[in-house]
Amino acid sequence: MFDFISFFPRAVMQSIPLLYGATGETLTEKSGNLNLGIPGIMYVGAICGVIGAFFYEQAVPAEQMNAILAVLIPMLCCLAGSALMGLLYCFLTVTLRANQNVTGLAMTTFGVGFGNFFGGSLIKISGADVPSIALSATSGFFAKKLPLAETTGWFGKLFLSYGFLAYLAIVIALGASYFLKRTRLGLQLRAVGENPATADAAGIDIGRYKYVATTVGSMIAGLGGLYYVMDYANGVWSNNAFGDRGWLAIALVIFTIWRPNVGILSSILFGGLYILYLFIPTGTFMAMKELYKMLPYLVTIVVLVITSMRNKREDQPPESLGKPYFREER
Amino acid sequence: MENLEKIPAVKMRDISKSFGTVLANDKVWLDIYRGEILALLGENGSGKTTLMNMLSGIYFPDEGQIFIDDKEVVIASPRDAFAHGIGMIHQHFKLVDVLTAAENIVLGLKEPGRLNIDKVAQKVRQICDAYGFDVDPYQKVYNMSVSQKQTVEIVKVLYRGADILILDEPTAVLTPQETDKLFAVLRNMRDAGKAIVIITHKMHEVMSLSDRVAILRHGQFVGDMPTKATTAQEMTNMMVGRPVSLNINRPDPVDPKPRIVVEGLTVRDIEGSVKLEDVNFTIRSGEILGVAGISGSGQKELLEAIAGLQVVEKGSIRYVDDQGHQEELVGKDPLEIAAKGVALSFVPEDRLGMGLVGSMDLTDNMMLRSFRKGHSLFANRKAPRELAERVVKELEVNTPGVSTPVRRLSGGNVQKVLVGREIASAPSVLLTAYAVRGLDINSSYTIYDLITKQKLAGVAVVYVGEDLDVLLELCDRILVLCGGKVSGIVEGRGASKPQVGMMMTHLGGKTNA
Repeated sequence: MFDFISFFPRAVMQSIPLLYGATGETLTEKSGNLNLGIPGIMYVGAICGVIGAFFYEQAVPAEQMNAILAVLIPMLCCLAGSALMGLLYCFLTVTLRANQNVTGLAMTTFGVGFGNFFGGSLIKISGADVPSIALSATSGFFAKKLPLAETTGWFGKLFLSYGFLAYLAIVIALGASYFLKRTRLGLQLRAVGENPATADAAGIDIGRYKYVATTVGSMIAGLGGLYYVMDYANGVWSNNAFGDRGWLAIALVIFTIWRPNVGILSSILFGGLYILYLFIPTGTFMAMKELYKMLPYLVTIVVLVITSMRNKREDQPPESLGKPYFREER
Repeated sequence: MENLEKIPAVKMRDISKSFGTVLANDKVWLDIYRGEILALLGENGSGKTTLMNMLSGIYFPDEGQIFIDDKEVVIASPRDAFAHGIGMIHQHFKLVDVLTAAENIVLGLKEPGRLNIDKVAQKVRQICDAYGFDVDPYQKVYNMSVSQKQTVEIVKVLYRGADILILDEPTAVLTPQETDKLFAVLRNMRDAGKAIVIITHKMHEVMSLSDRVAILRHGQFVGDMPTKATTAQEMTNMMVGRPVSLNINRPDPVDPKPRIVVEGLTVRDIEGSVKLEDVNFTIRSGEILGVAGISGSGQKELLEAIAGLQVVEKGSIRYVDDQGHQEELVGKDPLEIAAKGVALSFVPEDRLGMGLVGSMDLTDNMMLRSFRKGHSLFANRKAPRELAERVVKELEVNTPGVSTPVRRLSGGNVQKVLVGREIASAPSVLLTAYAVRGLDINSSYTIYDLITKQKLAGVAVVYVGEDLDVLLELCDRILVLCGGKVSGIVEGRGASKPQVGMMMTHLGGKTNA
């Protein structure tokens, strides 16, 4: 029997990093920047949070830790780190007009290396005999469930049993959707990604929009990394554990046809597919499990095929996605 | 009142701007007055658009001063231009396709309060009522026709309260009826006291619409004068810098023999609607066959069918060589057909779409035709470069060099490169469509001349054109299409404009009355 009550929360927890990444990347892509550095940025967000938490835990004994500080310090470190990555990406692609794909890929390589380097350093400092650091005290604050989670049975289990960052992800996704659809700034941001020459002729500062959207997008994506370490992984950092979730987040952007609100449910679907192999009994035939692990990617390919067949204008990527803009270019 | 009229709305003084080594504007003086329509004339690449782009904040001048109502201003960005009441309608529309009309119109505006599209739509409707536009504020731009898009552009500018309007070749893509509508609106706006600048190549539009003309040549200001006091001939001479004959030389056909015989040709598009139906005609060597018709009557499909780019449903297209041997072209692939010497130069609306690759330079674009002839592993770049240099020289293409990417050239120059390359392939059949679309008058005549030369060399030429006057002057015979059917074939000599016009709209030229 398929155990939905225990499957669903795991799927959600799996989905939150993807949702953060996809929301951030959607905002970024709406400005015309195809930021393939997102996996690296999520890595940097995670390790910066870990660094902040690590030193706070080192400085203060666990029982004296202040809940607000314990949450705020890693969060600010994470936001600062990922914002810097976003700014670096913008400086290279917007100001210097470097190729976006190459820059993004380089930043992913850089971000992963950065994470593993400092992760490795922290493991050395902590003197642990396993190749990981456990920040269980900090994680306790991040993973705190909503008050009624334990007493409301299946409802609590399905909907109330997550840390605050999970709910924040949903709020941010809904907020991003509202921003893009309903506000003046959102309209102008979409115009920048669709047709920068037009937006420019309409008096919109292209550079500023690209910088702000990409940096804010990176910060949102960085939170996904933080959630992964602090909540999903219970505060345990080990190198390369984050895996390919960043790429899955980018795939999710296409899957949601650039709509953050659609991302909420589809990230859960992706999350579910990601862990489905754990819930389908395969007996001793382990190779089957490996095949199930392909599901999220297969679905992405299928969706890509379907969206390109439907060919509706609104469902297409922003028109100038990936292209640099220079006003006097003829 | 007279005194007010004397102060120009815009004064441009000693404006210079260069792109790399090309001097686009060289110390240009220009005055624009309110309550007046100024026609800005010049050959392709003479710097008209560049000059106006500096007024609308797209480019920033290297030198010079701009005065608005006698106060010196700095226009560093489009936002500054709006602040001074300047609005420009660009040749390539500046609209975001996936947004609605209203969203496009409100784009970039810093209005107080939250975005309320319904309120915007209401104001758009008010403007439309005031000037007689027809715009649905909630329609997506990608669903609009060209003329609707243009209307949105004009409303956008008016919504921003502009009273100095610049229109860059607004009629290039409009039908005659849409043009008339646009001109009525422009006259309305002039009478409402707005200053209007229009860039156009069509002399009859200049004569009928404008109050004053200003002329640029090679980036320099040549002069301005009231439209009433000048003639098309004089303006053309000023643009070119030497007397130009506005007559097309039409020698008699040389030894016409059938070259391509089309019989019962029927073509459907992807959706299955009939584009050409039972078309019969013969293309003869040493002769120019004009194709007339309202746009979309099957001209494109006809040429593509001959060139092998279009699936033919029924009928035959036979190529007849000099010895009289006939060969079926239907079912052959474009390469085989091209090898027979059938050259297609099709200039689509966006000019670059078919035939040239924008980011490649002139030499490489020449190579697109010739690279298959090479036998070694490496491409021969010398011949294409020589060809590019020859085209640049003979057709007076304005470019910094043959290694400039084609998209950096101005529209007319792009076209010269395309037509020049097709002609250079020494075809036996030359298919041209809209070869002079968007070209200035002098370049147009250069192209007519080239085409006529091909005819004299014994090439069978098909010329699909938009301008009836030209078709009647240039072509030996004119095939008139009406809704995908042949409405008739008339002799170029002796046919009248009303006659052909009637055949374009009514099959066979007879009214159904």
